[in-house]
Amino acid sequence: MNNELLNELTFFVLAIFVGIEVISKVPTILHTPLMSGTNAIHGIILVGAIVIAAGADSPVNIALGLVAVILATTNVVGGFVVTDRMLEMFKGRQTAKAPTPTPTPKPK
Amino acid sequence: MTTLIAIAYLIAAVLFILGLRQLSSPKSARNGNFTAAAGMVIALGATLPLLHFTTAGVIIIAIGVVIGGAVGTVGARRVKMTAIPQMVALFNGVGGGAAALVAVAELLSFGAHPAFTEAFPSVFSIVIGSVSFAGSMVAFAKLQELMTGTPITYPGQQLVNGLLAAAIIGFAVAVLVIASVPFSFVSLMVLALVLGVAFVLPIGGADMPVVISLLNAFTGLAVAASGFTLNNFALIVAGTLVGASGSLLTKLMSDAMGRSLANVLFGAFGQVHAGATAVAGKEGRSVRTASAEDLGTLLAYSQRVIIVPGYGLAVAQAQHAVRELAELLEKRGVDVSYAIHPVAGRMPGHMNVLLAEANVPYEQLKEMDEINDEFKNADVVLVVGANDVVNPAARSSPGSPIYGMPILNADQAKNIVFMKRSMRPGFAGIDNDLMFDPKTIMFFGDAKDSMAKLINAVKAA
Repeated sequence: MNNELLNELTFFVLAIFVGIEVISKVPTILHTPLMSGTNAIHGIILVGAIVIAAGADSPVNIALGLVAVILATTNVVGGFVVTDRMLEMFKGRQTAKAPTPTPTPKPK
Repeated sequence: MTTLIAIAYLIAAVLFILGLRQLSSPKSARNGNFTAAAGMVIALGATLPLLHFTTAGVIIIAIGVVIGGAVGTVGARRVKMTAIPQMVALFNGVGGGAAALVAVAELLSFGAHPAFTEAFPSVFSIVIGSVSFAGSMVAFAKLQELMTGTPITYPGQQLVNGLLAAAIIGFAVAVLVIASVPFSFVSLMVLALVLGVAFVLPIGGADMPVVISLLNAFTGLAVAASGFTLNNFALIVAGTLVGASGSLLTKLMSDAMGRSLANVLFGAFGQVHAGATAVAGKEGRSVRTASAEDLGTLLAYSQRVIIVPGYGLAVAQAQHAVRELAELLEKRGVDVSYAIHPVAGRMPGHMNVLLAEANVPYEQLKEMDEINDEFKNADVVLVVGANDVVNPAARSSPGSPIYGMPILNADQAKNIVFMKRSMRPGFAGIDNDLMFDPKTIMFFGDAKDSMAKLINAVKAA
């Protein structure tokens, strides 16, 4: 087993612990946004898609690279945008909660 | 040069971890999303200088990013808040598909006899990525109601799934031990796609959030495996983070429904018959209905009203009308609160988001544990487009698919007003005894129209 693989395994194992630890206290209402946020993070596969697409020279590789880049970009961009849309709602609620207990007049 | 890239990947990894932590707390959640996105930009930016581009490579990357970026942005911007769960499924699926394709491209480049340490993660990524892709598409179809949301089961299903899994293992071993030829790993991919479909079919629509969360963790692991194949640190760390946190999140979500993950995933098997007879025995019972005027009077002269929102409210976009009714009642001195079941709507937090959008005051949104003891003091419980979350079968009938799920104690209130489009069962596909309760009044119609009628009736009362 070479050094590089050992390093990679080390990171892999440590990342498992960090991943579990870091979200262990999430409240129920954030389950969906958190799922969506992690969904965007695995869009990092775009890095992999670009790596294989960059050196594409045969028709098969070109096709694989193109589809992989399209799918991965959709994952990243869609993932972050949709998560932000969900969390936008929470932000409104937080500010409404903080300043005054009296209900603010509705714009409509 | 490579040192700089390693440092950039390290920064990206730190940003992902910080982003996840911020995402776990309501105050910082939105910033957390930006933090993670910044990590993504850094990881992508650091990757580019290292690569040797062919002309074709530059062109397909440009085309791919433009198409994917447009689809992602438009899809995520245009989607209605009610349809967000299936959108998440879709974005998750394409990520899994991308991971599988990356692994296929790598296997092609390795030749017929790759080293085990390179071939194994590729094979893993192809299988898990394909399962995630196909499974997510089925989840999307179920939530979008392109297909039935009820569990699809048939005799010998477990045997078929078992055979699929065995065939996948067979081809995986063939690739690893005998020879890595396109026939083997393309077959592997096709079988894994079929398994992904077969795996999600028997799971009911109401359980889709848990399934999507699980497939999300799968995609994370597939991405990490692709990272091992490409020797890319960023993919390994980010993919593993998602795999680990996604697995925990899946467990937390099934816990919130009071069920084990195994029960969610495999619960449909063998329960078909029990469910069928239970429904058959309930035919011919009658329900009580009332006019909008009667209900308006009932509400206007109550002291405590608890509103139980559900997916029907989301579909009808009735959240603003509900808020209007609640304000009207409060002006008359009625105490109004909302009981939010952890899995009301189609995903945890779905109702909070919708009601917050309609400017419902945060203090009125009560979580299940907080409000369950107050139902017995409520004069009226107004169930707006919810069903399974108030179904007493979860407490009383062990044969029911939702048995064991914690429910809102709506049946303890003095009056229950059930606003529903029809007598159609809820998403879990089972009858609800509460509708036949003598204290219950059914009020049929689209939640938004019905709400408008009630508002007028309360004004007149």
